[in-house]
Amino acid sequence: MERFEITLPARAAGAARQTALAGVVSSGNLEVLVEAGQDPATCAIEVNTSAHGFREIWEAVLADFAERYPAGGLRIAINDAGATPAVVSLRLSQAFEDSTGEDS
Amino acid sequence: MSASHQWNTLQQSRMRRLERAAALAQGKRVEAERIVALLEAIIEPGDRVCIEGNNQKQADFLARAMVQTDPARVRELHLVQSVLSLPEHVDIIERGQVSRIDFSFSGPQSGRLARLVESGRITIGAIHTYLELFGRYFVDLTPHVALVAAQKADRQGNLYTGPNTEDTPAIVEATAFKGGIVIAQVNEIVDTLPRVDIPADWVDFTVPAPTPHYVEPLFTRDPALITETQVLTAMIAIKGLYAEYGITRLNHGIGFDTAAIELLLPTYATELGLRGKICTHWALNPHPTLIPAIEAGFVQSVHSFGSEVGMEKYVAARPDIFFIGADGSMRSNRAFSQAAGHYACDLFIGSTLQIDLHGNSSTATRGRIAGFGGAPNMGADARGRRHASPAWLKAGREGRGDIPMPRGQKLVAQVVETFREHMEPAFVERLDAWDLAESAGMDLPPVMIYSEDLTHIITEEGIAHLVRCRSPEEREQAIRGVAGYTPVGMGRDKRAVENLRDRGIVQRPEDLGIDPRQATRDLLAARNVKDLVHASGGLYDPPKKFRNW
Repeated sequence: MERFEITLPARAAGAARQTALAGVVSSGNLEVLVEAGQDPATCAIEVNTSAHGFREIWEAVLADFAERYPAGGLRIAINDAGATPAVVSLRLSQAFEDSTGEDS
Repeated sequence: MSASHQWNTLQQSRMRRLERAAALAQGKRVEAERIVALLEAIIEPGDRVCIEGNNQKQADFLARAMVQTDPARVRELHLVQSVLSLPEHVDIIERGQVSRIDFSFSGPQSGRLARLVESGRITIGAIHTYLELFGRYFVDLTPHVALVAAQKADRQGNLYTGPNTEDTPAIVEATAFKGGIVIAQVNEIVDTLPRVDIPADWVDFTVPAPTPHYVEPLFTRDPALITETQVLTAMIAIKGLYAEYGITRLNHGIGFDTAAIELLLPTYATELGLRGKICTHWALNPHPTLIPAIEAGFVQSVHSFGSEVGMEKYVAARPDIFFIGADGSMRSNRAFSQAAGHYACDLFIGSTLQIDLHGNSSTATRGRIAGFGGAPNMGADARGRRHASPAWLKAGREGRGDIPMPRGQKLVAQVVETFREHMEPAFVERLDAWDLAESAGMDLPPVMIYSEDLTHIITEEGIAHLVRCRSPEEREQAIRGVAGYTPVGMGRDKRAVENLRDRGIVQRPEDLGIDPRQATRDLLAARNVKDLVHASGGLYDPPKKFRNW
């Protein structure tokens, strides 16, 4: 198990956010929990992963997410069971979109 | 003209072989227990032999008989067959009875084959595509002896191959008309065949096999194993490629990525208003995952290389869609379907293991000599093509730019997840194919699809329209641009990739208006094999290993 926290600058999420959950903790998958955080200018992310040695890739995936979405003011918790970056990005997008509370 | 020259040595050799075999058969009929003796009587040292090994159907009884022959008599063989997939195909090499092989695909035997080549116990003539090997059957690799498989024979020796006709017509025609001997294993001998697939006078012997020939369900993909990433890439393919080019005539590869596309036709593609506008005509085996699209009225015609286990009744009940004989069962033909895939389809889309920075792709890995099958023929621009279609013309305009002579281009797409299992990157600086070529002493690295033929790459990161790139540098950045977090992807020039996005050469899901929340398994028209059975109205009868209810 590897655990780390990362705080990234991000555009403010704006309107009030609701808690959203995407995915499940099963092999090759992960759980992403999005909830309201403290600082509107940053996105705080906590990663718990079963796979060791991929911190650099995690940081790149998360930095792209924070750049692509207005994720400022959000707190994100990730429980990962060896998902590929493709699945991580998809779950982050899904959880973020769901946290807006708007219909697709 | 020389009076002394013998012009019928092949016929004379054939007559000698038949004379030696005569006592072992009653007319054309051979009993199973005499087959080994018959093979020893007929086969001569140095013969080119085809033990029919198709992609699916296997002359397995005859293959088992071959490994029981006396190595002192049956030796120095040159195997010429499309697929080496049974253990016996390699056992006979290990027994020292084979000196050379020419083939197309080795699938499950690829590791053993690589070891035999590396230890110098076998020489590979070449690894071919199916069409190339069939072509060589009629030029310089004509079999002396062909061991084929059919479902039924009648008492004259006519053969009924049923839905899995596959390679049989090509093998038998080459052998029978060049002085060779054709031996067919059959599941049963009957008075009257449903239809004649191979006429009796092309067949020398029929032997009832103790067990029906094996058929591999190679094209069955369980929808339960399709991931949400594959749903996302399928959405990108449908919107960014199929709809963009209006692709109606196509071939799909065998993987889960393309199975996901098939299962999104009745849902996502229908939502987009694409029914009747894309995916109407196919060169494709009867994929179970195509059932929902057929039932939804998406599909107008399917010609098949072979059949698929369990699909026989469903296929027979849809004669408007599939190629069905007057007897009511399908006839497949690998040679014709490969020709159709090469010349008559506008798109080939399949998956691969590795793509390099130029866009060459390969399924070769160290220590395995797997071969190609048919993908290179379908995944290549058909330079001999002379008929136009809107999709072909659009690709040609994009790919060839302003050239004085208008000409189209085949669309060739590879769909991959940026990382395979165990975080193996699909994008690499150097293909493993180079190492394999070196260790196995091959003339060429085994490349499945060459860079110059590849027009599109689709990953979960988006679609790269390589066909729209104007320089090798742009092409490399477009590839890096969809390579995600692999080292190749991380090495991209971000500004260059953003520039390619502005020009519509790299498109992200959001650029295509794709909502990632829609990319769930709920979008699949069938979520498991049971759903496929339901969609078929109970006509699809999946093999046991796919029944988990």
